[in-house]
Amino acid sequence: MSSTETLDFTATEIMTVAASRLLKDGTVCFVGIGLPSTAANLARLTHAPDVVLIYESGPIGAKPTVLPLSIGDGDLALTADTVVGTPEIFRYWLQGGRIDVGFLGAAQVDRFANINTTVIGPYDAPKVRLPGAGGAPEIASQAKEVFIVLKQSPKAFVATLPFVTSAGYLDGGDARARAGIPGAGPTAVITDLGILTPDPVTRELTLTGIHPGVTVEQVKAATGWDLKISPDLKTTEIPDAGTLAALRDLHARTAAAHGQVGGEG
Amino acid sequence: MAKITPLREAVASLVHDGDTVALEGFTHLIPHAAGHEIIRQGRRDLTLVRMTPDLIYDQLIGMGCAAKLIFSWGGNPGVGSLHRFRDAVEQSWPHRLEIEEHSHAGMANAYVAGASNLPFALLRGYTGSDLPKVNPNIRFIECPFTGEKLAAIPSVRPDVTVIHAQKADRRGNVLLWGILGVQKEAVLAAKRSIVTVEEIVDDLEAPPNACVLPSWALSAVCPVPGGAYPSYAQGYSERDNRFYKAWDPIARSRDSFQAWMQRHVLDTDDFAGFRRVLAESMKEAA
Repeated sequence: MSSTETLDFTATEIMTVAASRLLKDGTVCFVGIGLPSTAANLARLTHAPDVVLIYESGPIGAKPTVLPLSIGDGDLALTADTVVGTPEIFRYWLQGGRIDVGFLGAAQVDRFANINTTVIGPYDAPKVRLPGAGGAPEIASQAKEVFIVLKQSPKAFVATLPFVTSAGYLDGGDARARAGIPGAGPTAVITDLGILTPDPVTRELTLTGIHPGVTVEQVKAATGWDLKISPDLKTTEIPDAGTLAALRDLHARTAAAHGQVGGEG
Repeated sequence: MAKITPLREAVASLVHDGDTVALEGFTHLIPHAAGHEIIRQGRRDLTLVRMTPDLIYDQLIGMGCAAKLIFSWGGNPGVGSLHRFRDAVEQSWPHRLEIEEHSHAGMANAYVAGASNLPFALLRGYTGSDLPKVNPNIRFIECPFTGEKLAAIPSVRPDVTVIHAQKADRRGNVLLWGILGVQKEAVLAAKRSIVTVEEIVDDLEAPPNACVLPSWALSAVCPVPGGAYPSYAQGYSERDNRFYKAWDPIARSRDSFQAWMQRHVLDTDDFAGFRRVLAESMKEAA
């Protein structure tokens, strides 16, 4: 990390900015709490003012003034275009096919972008019991595409997951389509080191973007499988001053409102 | 018609050992006061149901009230793990906790099916997930019209659902607003229901289409101002994020958890007493 510290932004900041850039204006986005919510709100406050943020607790078109600490903060309801019940969110809006992008976090991902948020170790005798699925299995399958944002480490990026909570590309290739899963699946995994995208044929996650100051060796060392590197590897554009200022303002407002940095838990 | 009654009496008469109980709330309007009363009255062998079990379920599980948990996401939102829940699953403390685990879409649909008097919920769900491998209550059926494969899970039909709401009128009609989660479905899916409210008013002043639960569909309405604390009631209180953070070290060890529960819940008479003792202990900590 020392190489990034010499630049004017942190590794978490460039991860958040890189993730937010992927969200196009006007996109309807189903937002997970934590890093996805930070990135989605940064997009809304910068290049994508008409992005529609939907949270599983019921707010549609939420425009929170500070980052929500939980998925059901009052600010989400007060700033939304409408608030519906949770069954309606999953039945009409997600299952109904109205979500362009599902924006998810994860405890672990594997080489085919499957997600684990359930257990580390055997299910019946877990070493670590994680919170569980939440909305992710159906978001991952029914959103038209999925972005996953998480910090990269050998513990988080594993060759094989102990438990597949939410489907990425399953065993790779056309396995996802054969399973009858409607959405295109994870099209980008954004980390604090770079951006991984699925190979068009094998669907194996490949490093296609690298953040400035990060080396390929660093990314490989933070990955639990032999990570393929794109021959066309691009260096992530440095965040512009306006975007960084917007992100820092958002965190400062959030800290003042919650007494802590919001949405990182 | 709902009886307007003190919470202690409602829990004593409506929540029994061995019941399936849903205390619902999606971050907002979580019925903490009712959860404390269930703990004070020493209920045992409960099957607890909740989409998002958080601190009050951590307390119920750690105090040995639950035999089983049906859920879809168990954590301390914005903070981290539920340590008592994890201790129960990982170490069987204070005893083994059976778990039945779903996704949010599954749980939400299961409440809708329960409220609709259907035996099971039908959804496009769980495809490619390992959850069906560990939960025999997630099965797949074929659409009789198209042949499509769809997920089916049993309805949630609680013996008792408990929720918190903003207000009730003197006849026991209840109005709630803001983030509603699955509270309406959970009440209508249950045989009996308890609603704690911030206040009782002469007129709900509810606009058409507001979320009003009619008195005749409820068992008991109990005035408990602030009864969602540390969760919040929109228009009445803010979420106390400090308490969610403070809970993490309290719940981390069995001893500190038990001492805290003894002082704040078992040794207090009601939720107002809990709030008084909590104010004292937070002042001591500061």
